[in-house]
Amino acid sequence: MEKKLNFARSGFLWSAMLFLVLLLVPFFAARFYVYILGLIFARALLAMSLNLLVGHGGIYQFHHAVFYGVGAYTAGLILAKTPLPAGMALLAGPLMAAVAGLIIGLFCVRLNKLYFGMLQISLGSLVWIIALRWYSLTAGDDGIHGIPVPDVISGATPTYYFLLFVAAACLVVMYLILKSPFGVTLRAIRDNPQRCEAVGINVRRHQLLAIVIASFFAGVAGVLYVVLEGSIFPDMLFWVLSLEIFIMCLLGGWFTFFGPVVGAAIMVFLQTFVGSYTEYWTFVLGIVLILLIFFLPEGIMGINFREWARIRSRRASAQAAD
Amino acid sequence: MLRVENLHKAFDDFKAVNGANLRVDRGDLVAVIGPNGAGKTTLFNLITGHLKPSQGKILFKGEDLSRLPAHAICRRGIARSFQIANIFPRLTVFRNVQVSVLSQKNLSKTLFRPAQSLMVEETERILKSVGLIEKKLDVAGSLSHGDKRTLEIAIALGNEPEMLILDEPTAGMSPDETAAAMSLVTRLAREQGLTILFCEHDMDVVFNVATSIMVMQHGQTIIQGTPTAVREDPTVQEAYLGEA
Repeated sequence: MEKKLNFARSGFLWSAMLFLVLLLVPFFAARFYVYILGLIFARALLAMSLNLLVGHGGIYQFHHAVFYGVGAYTAGLILAKTPLPAGMALLAGPLMAAVAGLIIGLFCVRLNKLYFGMLQISLGSLVWIIALRWYSLTAGDDGIHGIPVPDVISGATPTYYFLLFVAAACLVVMYLILKSPFGVTLRAIRDNPQRCEAVGINVRRHQLLAIVIASFFAGVAGVLYVVLEGSIFPDMLFWVLSLEIFIMCLLGGWFTFFGPVVGAAIMVFLQTFVGSYTEYWTFVLGIVLILLIFFLPEGIMGINFREWARIRSRRASAQAAD
Repeated sequence: MLRVENLHKAFDDFKAVNGANLRVDRGDLVAVIGPNGAGKTTLFNLITGHLKPSQGKILFKGEDLSRLPAHAICRRGIARSFQIANIFPRLTVFRNVQVSVLSQKNLSKTLFRPAQSLMVEETERILKSVGLIEKKLDVAGSLSHGDKRTLEIAIALGNEPEMLILDEPTAGMSPDETAAAMSLVTRLAREQGLTILFCEHDMDVVFNVATSIMVMQHGQTIIQGTPTAVREDPTVQEAYLGEA
């Protein structure tokens, strides 16, 4: 018990320190890196929202990018094409994403595992087709660029802080949710849905609620992207992006809280820096993934914590021996 | 309390349950016996809503359960354990039971309160009553077989059931574990006024513990009565001797 408490406290300490460092970044880092970090925040939030379902709920949401896209398109279209206040656009994004999650989820939760995933890809692709083909509204494949972002949060540094605060707030809320009775029940459903039914838990309804929550946060991530880039385009809800988010979770570690953040950081890093040398950056990604599956099956954070705990306990026992 | 009337369940051409009748009164300890494949587990799965009957009625306190989903039946006061230890292997012993208590108290959709401080007393009381309190922080998947079975019963108790259905509670247990498990079950029945329906292969256990016994063969109820009545029934003797 004592040990666990220490661990939780040190986890909190590390997060707080990281947050402080991130607060200071715009003062010393070049503008480009500030932008890259912003991109990582948006992607990390997106990966975290998927992991809520996959890692903690055992729900195979194969096409999660749809909700990212719906959030981004909703906010982007309102900002670019209507005189409505910007705050409303930023709020409407996540809400529409949650509604899309509810509608698609209603159909999907009737199915299990792989079948769930297949139907989810199909329904998600329908949304993608709408974004691609409804030319008069979405400008199709061209997307919409130069979306006007309110002055308070435009410009490199204000945008960075906006992304940092929103992403951090969302992570805190997600953390609280995972520690709540709902979070515990969700993990129980992941482990054994049949037993959950037998203790009176309406499994489908809990799964649906989880999907709506995850879609909401994916929508927030979409809005963050719009604020950062001022663009929307159909690739944001294409299934390839969904695969990338999945890989972020896998890379960072399914069963840890911060795993997906690490995964997202690595992906953005590879994309940006390896991508600047060669367009075949996915080749490097492939090698990384192969190594990962062989040597770190629980993801980077998965192994890190175990090793860390082992080293700590060894050090503690060595000290005790002294 | 529970009445099963002329229940049928067919899987394609195979009639797993083919005319089962059962009566369980409040406070009873009813055993269902019969050879392998007699349809005992199927009968339990029908009662708890994990399967839907092809025909027949299941009445619990006067209400027909046969069209309700499993979670709704649990809400009406029937909790169960499974033949193969059915727990949450990655969660701790404490969490295993807490999940069911939270569900019972309608708290499982609570989003913004830490689960750590909810229903702790209730959960620990149950763990104490089954003797697992010492192991509450162990990961459930690492428990011994006997402890896993006990944990199953503890999870079921989290629902504050009026009736507990146990599918072979002593399957795969050593004689010592069997004795301990059955004394736990009878003690729970006595202390908490639980009604218990169970099926079991060990005839010593059945005739020692049960207040009423229902005998099944080929999916059909042959007889239900007191242990003495069942022991002396010529059809039961014939069925068991004939099978042996």
